[in-house]
Amino acid sequence: MGRVEIRGMSKLFGNVRAVDHVDLATNEGEFLVLLGPSGCGKTTLLRMIAGIEEPSGGDLLIDGRVVTHLPPRMRDIAMVFQSYALYPHMTVYKNIAFPLRARGVKKEAVRKKVEWAAEMFKIGRLLDRKPRELSGGERQRVALARAMVREPSVFLLDEPLSNLDALLRTSAREELRQFQRRVGVTTIYVTHDQIEAMGLGDRIVVMSQGKIRQIGTPMEIYQWPADTFVATFVGSPPMNLLEQEDVLLGFRPETFLPTDAVEGSEGVVTYPFEVTYLEYLGAERLVYGNVGEKSHARHVVSRLPGSLTLPLEAGKTYPFAVARRDLRQFDRKSGLARSGDAA
Amino acid sequence: MTAPPHPESSPAACRGGVLDREGALAKLLIAPAVIYIAAMIGAPFVLAILYSLSDATTGDPGLRLVGLQNFQAALSDPVFRLALRNTFVFTLVSQSIVIVLSRILANALLKPFRGKGLVRFLVLLPWTAPISLGTIGWLWMYDSIFSPIDWVLRYLGLLGTATALLGPQTNLYWLGVPGLAMASVILVNVWRILPLATVIQLAGLSSIPRDLLEAAEVDGASPWRRTLMITIPLTLPIVSIAFLFGVVFTFTDLVVVYVLTRGGPVHMTQVLSSWTFFKGIEAGDLAQGAAISLFMFPVLAVVAVFILRMARRTEVV
Amino acid sequence: MANLGKIARRGGLYTLLGGFAFFGAFPFYWMVIATFKRDHDLFSPLNNPFLFNEPPTLDHLRLLFFETHFVGYLVNTLLVGLAVVVITLLVAVPAAYSLARWARGWGEMLGIGIFLTYLVPPTILFIPLSRFAGFFGLQESLWSLILVYPTFTIPFCTWLLMGFFKTIPKDIEEQAMIDGLSRFGAMSKVVLPLSISGILTVVVFSFTLSMHEFIYALTFISVSAKKTVSIGVPTELVRGDVFQWGPLMAGALIASIPVAVVYTFFLDRFVAGFTMGAVK
Repeated sequence: MGRVEIRGMSKLFGNVRAVDHVDLATNEGEFLVLLGPSGCGKTTLLRMIAGIEEPSGGDLLIDGRVVTHLPPRMRDIAMVFQSYALYPHMTVYKNIAFPLRARGVKKEAVRKKVEWAAEMFKIGRLLDRKPRELSGGERQRVALARAMVREPSVFLLDEPLSNLDALLRTSAREELRQFQRRVGVTTIYVTHDQIEAMGLGDRIVVMSQGKIRQIGTPMEIYQWPADTFVATFVGSPPMNLLEQEDVLLGFRPETFLPTDAVEGSEGVVTYPFEVTYLEYLGAERLVYGNVGEKSHARHVVSRLPGSLTLPLEAGKTYPFAVARRDLRQFDRKSGLARSGDAA
Repeated sequence: MTAPPHPESSPAACRGGVLDREGALAKLLIAPAVIYIAAMIGAPFVLAILYSLSDATTGDPGLRLVGLQNFQAALSDPVFRLALRNTFVFTLVSQSIVIVLSRILANALLKPFRGKGLVRFLVLLPWTAPISLGTIGWLWMYDSIFSPIDWVLRYLGLLGTATALLGPQTNLYWLGVPGLAMASVILVNVWRILPLATVIQLAGLSSIPRDLLEAAEVDGASPWRRTLMITIPLTLPIVSIAFLFGVVFTFTDLVVVYVLTRGGPVHMTQVLSSWTFFKGIEAGDLAQGAAISLFMFPVLAVVAVFILRMARRTEVV
Repeated sequence: MANLGKIARRGGLYTLLGGFAFFGAFPFYWMVIATFKRDHDLFSPLNNPFLFNEPPTLDHLRLLFFETHFVGYLVNTLLVGLAVVVITLLVAVPAAYSLARWARGWGEMLGIGIFLTYLVPPTILFIPLSRFAGFFGLQESLWSLILVYPTFTIPFCTWLLMGFFKTIPKDIEEQAMIDGLSRFGAMSKVVLPLSISGILTVVVFSFTLSMHEFIYALTFISVSAKKTVSIGVPTELVRGDVFQWGPLMAGALIASIPVAVVYTFFLDRFVAGFTMGAVK
């Protein structure tokens, strides 16, 4: 139940390829995140899965059934919009009941399901209110309840946390994940926030300019990015990239430490690091600076854990290093990852 | 390091002039409007009331108060009662037609098509052209000999022959036969207000967030259900406003009746505003004229209250 | 097969739109035809009214411009329109600014009050106002119209501009005052230039509404030469009992189309003012 297969799907707006021949298949019950910057095509792809955007090419299958040109109501999917799209003139009860009434479910059965969905998100006491009387977090829960009330096989979410303030966002993220685990419905979630993606996803689909760059678990994406786009988009601060002949060497800021602190059984590469600027952030320190000869100096960032209390000053140069096993290589022309030993 | 003494920092200038004080400036700026409206609307309104309670005529315009006899005289005058009835009938019939047609047209105008600018211009013409001049066009359409409508009807065989559906005569007397004349006036009122109502409805329809309709689609609602449960309830305030404005403009209108029929035939298309004109200005009976016009006021007051309530009632999304 | 449905729906849409466009415009179509049709052609009931059965003529135009007061009507209308625009601007702009910035308490009430003046239409006011005009010796003078027309332009334009001024952030004015202007200076040197669009709308509406006006003009002015085009054309182009259709239609057409073109461009703003922000 709840397997979504996308085969060669494209969407053209005039001459612009918003989605460019995308192939994707979900695992049952997984929480799949579509991650990318604005304009990468993730929302367009989601809308095509929902059926509110007509694909220019390709096929969509849900549970083995071809649904590419079927209207949304025949696809057994539910969606939560970024704005929640709650019907402002209806009470919370009527909002949640709407999908059931649209399918002709009888009043008594509707009542039972609405109360069940409301209980799941703890909004039972809000059933008589109108959307404008609710807070942002409450509205989000109503939108979720409305989506779940039909017990769909696929659950689509379009940046549902971006309208919440920062504090609420983290707790909402946790609740959402727990809820999805409990119910086990296949979920496709769109976001541009890579921290959100890493925290929520079983697998992450990194997209850019309509194409998929990489599909993998958060660890795979972070540790073994498929190209320089993924390497610099995921992770904050982004991966450091140094040019070396026809190759780009990459290493994450937290792997770039004072030489004495680097544990490298397979070998270590050292770089004299001239510090230009430091940020003390409590749990960690971000150290900005340059490596390399004056004329080829490249800007890199080091992330020091708070436990590493070595005093550093701007303007001075210190010996820093990266363990060989933490180095990644990317082809300089194509940006794609290369396997093999670092120089 | 010390700055030279600044002229504005002397104590007296610190308080600023009239041009700085908010309270005084606010009142000053709004004063001309208030004075003008009080003098040119408030005062004449009071005068109209006084006239209605007097026996003034243009020959003898003194304000001698005589109580409610003008109102009583109006109510017992069959022409007045006819005008009163006509005003309501013309307004309600024409505006009901307008609200349905404007909704259809607004929906059509939302769709993409070529030549939108031209279509818009043509559709808006009845409202954007001066009302008296547009009505003249209709005068020709309704002419008892040269009407192009009659020509088309004759051409189609619906008129002018012995077996014709609409009769053997060569012309329908659009403005000469009482029932037909009323229908003709109603039609011109529909024609005139339709553009305005359409534009208002268009604004209302475009203001529904696309999200809501898409969410309803994903929730499984058919197009009919979406229209019934989402579009109509959310556009109700704006549709009401369009209807109410149409009512106000038609209810108080003098031009269409004056240009088309002068209230004829035999007062059958007389409305309150035209009857006021004929009685009060042409016949010179100021008191009667004022009284007749004041019958419009209660209706307008009720309508205005509804308009304000509707404006407040729009849903916050 | 789906394509056939699409074509049918497209066809249906164009038919519907065509129908409405035709309904709105066809009296004006006749005006165009009648303006150029020879009398003989025009007054033959058997002739097809949609076409020129005889070659077109400029006679009606010649008559209109050289043998009637039509040009005078246009001039009168123009003079009245411009004067009314000036008066409306001078009164409505400050009032709207005052209401937009200081809407607390009495400001809000006054705003609604100004709107409520539309409750008292010309058909109630024209009798007492005709006495006013007589009292001030303005009978048969364009000044009577110039003084009275702002009764329907000022309330509406004040309302329109109020909404407009509210969209200009207070920050900008406060910045100007810190930079050294008085509040009045801030209004005239900063807010007004930003409101050109709204002011232009007011100009267009005041002018077009004056041009459309009929009742007051009919009441106050009966001397032919002093009439505006709105009443002049319907009442003066008659010889005895007979309408001079050719020149009549020509006059109606010439006076209608330019106004209509300009008004069309500004109609969206008009509606925004009407619905008072009910549509956000």
